[in-house]
Amino acid sequence: MLPFICRRVGYALLILLGVTFITYLLLFLLPADPARQIAGRSATPEVVSAIRAQLGLDQPFYQQYVGYLGHLLQGDLGRSYIQRTAVSELIGARLRPSLELMAAGIGFELLIGISLGMLAALKRDSFADKLLMAFSFVGVSAPQFIAAMLFLYFFAVQLGWFPLGGYGGASHLMLPALTLGLLGSGWYSRMVRSSMIDVLHQDFIRTARAKGLSRARVIFVHVLPNAIVPVIPMIGIDIGVFMGGLVVVESVFGWPGIGQLAWQSIQQVDIPVIVGVTTLSAVAIVLGNLLADLLIPLVDPRIDIKQH
Amino acid sequence: MKIKALTLAVAATLFTTPLWAETPKSGGNLVVTYQNDVATLDPAIGYDWQNWSMIKSLFGRLMDYKPGTTELVKSLAEDYSVSADGLVYSFTLVKGVKFQNGRELVANDVKYSLERTVNPKTQSPGAGFFSSIVGYDDMTAGKSQTLSGVKVVDDQHLTITLSAPNATFLHIMAINFASVVPKEAVEQWGADFGKHPMGSGAFSLGEWKLGQKLELIKNPNYFQKGLPYVDKITFEIGQDPTVALLRLNKGEVDIAGDGVPPAQFLQFKNDPASKPLLVTGNQLQTGYVTLKTTLPPFDNLKVRQAINMAISKERIVRIINGRAVPANQPLPPAMPGYDTQYKGLPYDVEGAKKLLADAGLAKGFDTELYVMNTDPQPRIAQSIQQDLAKVGIRVQIKSLAQANVIAAGSSKDQAPMVWSGGMAWIADFPDPSNFYGPILGCSGAVDGGWNWALYCNKALDERAAKADAMARPEQQAERTEAWKKIFTDVMADAPWVPIFNEQRFTVRSKRMGGDDALYVDPVHVPVNYDYIWVK
Repeated sequence: MLPFICRRVGYALLILLGVTFITYLLLFLLPADPARQIAGRSATPEVVSAIRAQLGLDQPFYQQYVGYLGHLLQGDLGRSYIQRTAVSELIGARLRPSLELMAAGIGFELLIGISLGMLAALKRDSFADKLLMAFSFVGVSAPQFIAAMLFLYFFAVQLGWFPLGGYGGASHLMLPALTLGLLGSGWYSRMVRSSMIDVLHQDFIRTARAKGLSRARVIFVHVLPNAIVPVIPMIGIDIGVFMGGLVVVESVFGWPGIGQLAWQSIQQVDIPVIVGVTTLSAVAIVLGNLLADLLIPLVDPRIDIKQH
Repeated sequence: MKIKALTLAVAATLFTTPLWAETPKSGGNLVVTYQNDVATLDPAIGYDWQNWSMIKSLFGRLMDYKPGTTELVKSLAEDYSVSADGLVYSFTLVKGVKFQNGRELVANDVKYSLERTVNPKTQSPGAGFFSSIVGYDDMTAGKSQTLSGVKVVDDQHLTITLSAPNATFLHIMAINFASVVPKEAVEQWGADFGKHPMGSGAFSLGEWKLGQKLELIKNPNYFQKGLPYVDKITFEIGQDPTVALLRLNKGEVDIAGDGVPPAQFLQFKNDPASKPLLVTGNQLQTGYVTLKTTLPPFDNLKVRQAINMAISKERIVRIINGRAVPANQPLPPAMPGYDTQYKGLPYDVEGAKKLLADAGLAKGFDTELYVMNTDPQPRIAQSIQQDLAKVGIRVQIKSLAQANVIAAGSSKDQAPMVWSGGMAWIADFPDPSNFYGPILGCSGAVDGGWNWALYCNKALDERAAKADAMARPEQQAERTEAWKKIFTDVMADAPWVPIFNEQRFTVRSKRMGGDDALYVDPVHVPVNYDYIWVK
């Protein structure tokens, strides 16, 4: 167990190194000049070069990158060029809302996705199955902006069930989480449907039925645990998406998550924030996958991570 | 002069409290929404349209403007005088003004604040505004830690010496970068002062939850009695502009800070229910096409005039949903010195063809138009391209990132035409000189500069310098006239095609009181929070 984790953490660090390197390199190649941006349009060339020197932007790329890594190891993500605040503070302020939305959003995705997937698998080829699969197809391909706006309009403006965006208690969280749950559930329902159909045809299910177990017992004790295994790595990937990739939904619902910060910093070419958010998303994806790998044996003891 | 009449009318409603005007009421809270984070509230650094008036409300400056107008008035300066040669400004501070930490504001604080902005360590984007003060060069070069031109006489008096007369100096004392800050608070917070601002303004900072909300609380000790009117302003951050308008209709929001999204603009403007909520105002902005006067065939005046006459400005205004008015001269209408009599070059395709034929280019020519690559700039460029095609000029559009256009704009052999949209030019303070030096004067016609036409008319430069030396108050009318003439004379050389002047739109709820001009204040951009009130 321990060697496996060590090896995985080792890989993870390599991936993170690669991600920071590529992000840093891409932003280095960008034609924007942060020093000029900071100095403003009234600045003389001398002032601009003085600022460039203060920020260390006059150094060659490898020096800047090594310097950045050195600071990163100490937990220092640098300071935003636009907001002039520590990047860690900016991210820290948005971490909690992001985690809340992640938990609730993935929760709804699983709840909706697994139930619909099961239903579709059990009623395979029926009208309900086709309807559900069509729904999942629409869900994953609907533009998030339109869908989020429509939900907001119906549930918050017309019906008044939820507040109109913003951050706060559970009532604020419900609508964005439900939106993400409905839209994202398609991936899960399709996955659950096909893997369940696979399992339903296995011999042990026929045996279970033959020995007279109740239908519910067969489905929940024998089919579901087997069918759910491929879903777990998907959650791992989802964690990464929720950490920085929810630009649209966060912006429509005014949810102060990491995605909004990412979007703003990209628009303003705020390089330290872009690198910081990218690194954070990469960490989230790597951690999510690691977690998923560790969870799978608990659900399916046949999988032995020691062999991997 | 229409605009002047308008500003006078505004001033009248605000200051003489005529019978029909409602008297402002004190008290009440209001909610303002924005999509983007508030960057920093450090007055030496903040330089965007969102934090601009927040900083104005948090900090005090020697000079300020009459609310809703571009007219300079004294603020922290109880009085000032200018020496006969226009070089020495003596200021007397209002006595008893207190910072929000309770300490009295004295002349030393003014000196400290100016030096802090100029100090290269502060990395202020506004340091260059103070280059006329004696000692500026030594300080930016790191030779000195103080501005030798700023002398404190006693707690209430200070003098500022300039290296050359500068009629815009009082405007510069009113700009955010000249805000007075207490040294002890700056030193306490260091680089995080922008998150813990402390000044002497009408409001102090309440709670600030990064990325969520920010509160401005009424400063009970504000030196201008009776101001501000509202008790608390809550800025809710991260709100989508479309959602903000929905919330405004529900009464949850009082000012939608981002205005109306372009796609919804016409619908919003024509809807009788929402129309009264929209306030339209002028911006100190002009959008223009530069014609590189050093690069053939644009070195020929007739060609430049022909291009001026070939472009339909009305159509470009329609492309941006009528969010601007067509322009005929460099200055925007809200700027002192704007010439209402001047008609400019008319839209006349046949006339343009004739001018081109006179220049020996009856068959037209090939050229390039540089433009920033974000909407709606490329669409505007296409419209210009089509217009010029009608007179035989074949334009290739180069749509690039902002930094690349700016770099190409000032280089000698590139970018014969540049559309300024998304980059230039918005005035930092309401004075015509701000529209000349950097973008039309010889000093701006350098590599890395903003004068993309590389237009350099020495005679006009001299007249500009002369106008800017008219620093005494009694010379102001004469100075404005001089500037008016300079800009129309620039147009005789036609280095630009002035296209339009963008307008500003603020949406405010029915419960908000105060004159419309306060919601599109030309200086306290976007809204003058000190003077608005809740009905």
